[in-house]
Amino acid sequence: MMSHLIVLPVVLPLAAAVVLLLPRNGNATFKRFLSLVATLALLLVSFLLVREADSGSVQYYALGNWQPPFGIVMVLDRLSALMVLVTALLAVGCVVFACGGDDEKGSNFHGLFQLQLMGINGAFLTGDLFNLFVFFEVLLLASYALLLHGGGKSRIQSAVHYAVLNLAGSALFLFAVGMLYGATGTLNMADMAAAVSQLDPERSGLVIAGALLLLVVFGLKAAILPLYFWLPRAYAAAPPPVAALFAVMTKIGVYAILRVYLLIFGDGSGPLEALEQPWVWWLGLATLAAGGIGVLAARDLRMLVAYLVLVSVGTLLAGVGMRSPAAISALLFYLVHTTLATGGLFLLAEMVGLQRGKAGTRLVKGRAPGLITALLFLVGAMTVAGLPPLSGALGKVLLMTAGEGSQRLWLWPLLLGSGLCALIALSRAGSTLFWRSQESDDNDDRLSRWKWAGTCWLLAASPLLVVLAGPVTQYTDDAATQLSEPSVMIEALLTPKEDAS
Amino acid sequence: MEMLYAITTGVLSASGLYLMLRGRTFPVVVGLTLLSYAVNLFLFSMGGLTSNAAAIIDGPGRYGDPLPQALVLTAIVIGFAMTAFAVILAMRARGDMGNDHVDGRRAEEREERR
Repeated sequence: MMSHLIVLPVVLPLAAAVVLLLPRNGNATFKRFLSLVATLALLLVSFLLVREADSGSVQYYALGNWQPPFGIVMVLDRLSALMVLVTALLAVGCVVFACGGDDEKGSNFHGLFQLQLMGINGAFLTGDLFNLFVFFEVLLLASYALLLHGGGKSRIQSAVHYAVLNLAGSALFLFAVGMLYGATGTLNMADMAAAVSQLDPERSGLVIAGALLLLVVFGLKAAILPLYFWLPRAYAAAPPPVAALFAVMTKIGVYAILRVYLLIFGDGSGPLEALEQPWVWWLGLATLAAGGIGVLAARDLRMLVAYLVLVSVGTLLAGVGMRSPAAISALLFYLVHTTLATGGLFLLAEMVGLQRGKAGTRLVKGRAPGLITALLFLVGAMTVAGLPPLSGALGKVLLMTAGEGSQRLWLWPLLLGSGLCALIALSRAGSTLFWRSQESDDNDDRLSRWKWAGTCWLLAASPLLVVLAGPVTQYTDDAATQLSEPSVMIEALLTPKEDAS
Repeated sequence: MEMLYAITTGVLSASGLYLMLRGRTFPVVVGLTLLSYAVNLFLFSMGGLTSNAAAIIDGPGRYGDPLPQALVLTAIVIGFAMTAFAVILAMRARGDMGNDHVDGRRAEEREERR
């Protein structure tokens, strides 16, 4: 049973999506029920996977029992289990929120949502590069459709950019995969890592070109500096539960960078070791600065949150660029925090917009939202700006202490400066939204309970993460150690099983 | 043959890139199509170009690398689906925004001038 658990995060949403996409006119209750059950089951499965991965062994699931390096494999280690768990936590909040009415604004919301979950989980679990591409396409195609859910001019406009850029990115991805396959003769990441360490020097140019081309593709997904311009408009225009789920999409890029460069070009790959490091480090810092400026410039709450996503991407990439186990552990903690917190803020922005009526999420004088919304905003703002005692501060402290030598010189001012920018922008937004407003009767009851539940679910993650900081950092430490030893995974995948039955 | 193949792939991707940088949705979609053709050709060449070789491993003898063929097949299917989606998206954008500029900017400018 345990051995089949690894493939469940892909199969479960797929099965749910197939049932949900069958035409069933007007029966919203059934769709909501099924979607909720599937997402909660996914959460349960991912808890079990994390517990399984925490034993320390790298496990894999060979589809059709074709053993690696030839077949398609799903690989479970601490990192992929953690990412699947974060996705499931985020997805539960999004689905619950969507049940409050957003899912009926267009057709097939829940089916597409499950397909996107399938793509995301598959991208986290897959063990070879080409399937990474395939799962990227699955999640992208679902995300194009979800971005357009409900229609509207701004959504169409940003969706054109988003789709065309990502299609170009997919083409580059295939070029990169082709180059790496041509040079190493394999697509399985562990096998490729073994091949790169014994590479013919004649071919190293091809491998470097392929690797850096891959970095462009992952940079596009992660919204690294010159490639982020599609993000703020697309995220601000997307329907709120979708925007919240998109909070994990940029992290897929970060995850892919971590996975590919630490495994294939990690320790022991000779002259190709750490070839992405200077790029990721400097561009990550630049993204951090650009995000900070964008946060200050935003004139709309949703745009502001979209730029906060950018700040978090910059922070994470700077962490990747430091390339030490301590930094990776800190960035994984920060990743869990920032994904759930920005997702929660996207949902909260929608609640604020609904309560303010015509003024919407624009940062202008308007009707005052209710007291509970204001308190939730306080919690959300404190956590993303990185104020103690919430998890943002903890993540940043971990990252800053992980920096070594001259890295601190750049990381500390930029990280703290972007935090200050976020703090200024959020307090300005908060005072405009909640204080500079006309009095009005409390209209909290207009909002569906589902929406409250979804928002609170995601925003509660931050205080919880502080309470559970001990076990979580223990886990991320272990995950970072596991990642910095690529030989463990190579051995686990490439030594044939004795009891192959 | 290698030279011709490489030049073809290069010309296709260069044309595709050029068209993708245009401001209208139709050239952009055509550019995407050309780029995906270039990708497919490129993937084929990565298994090594051979002629007169069996496609399937069948006893001793020369055979073509089957993996690029599997990759190309998947890439073609995904590429077609994505291009179809891009076409529909472009048509929808044309309908909703009243012009085929990729930014939809023309409509805004016209409104500002009024």
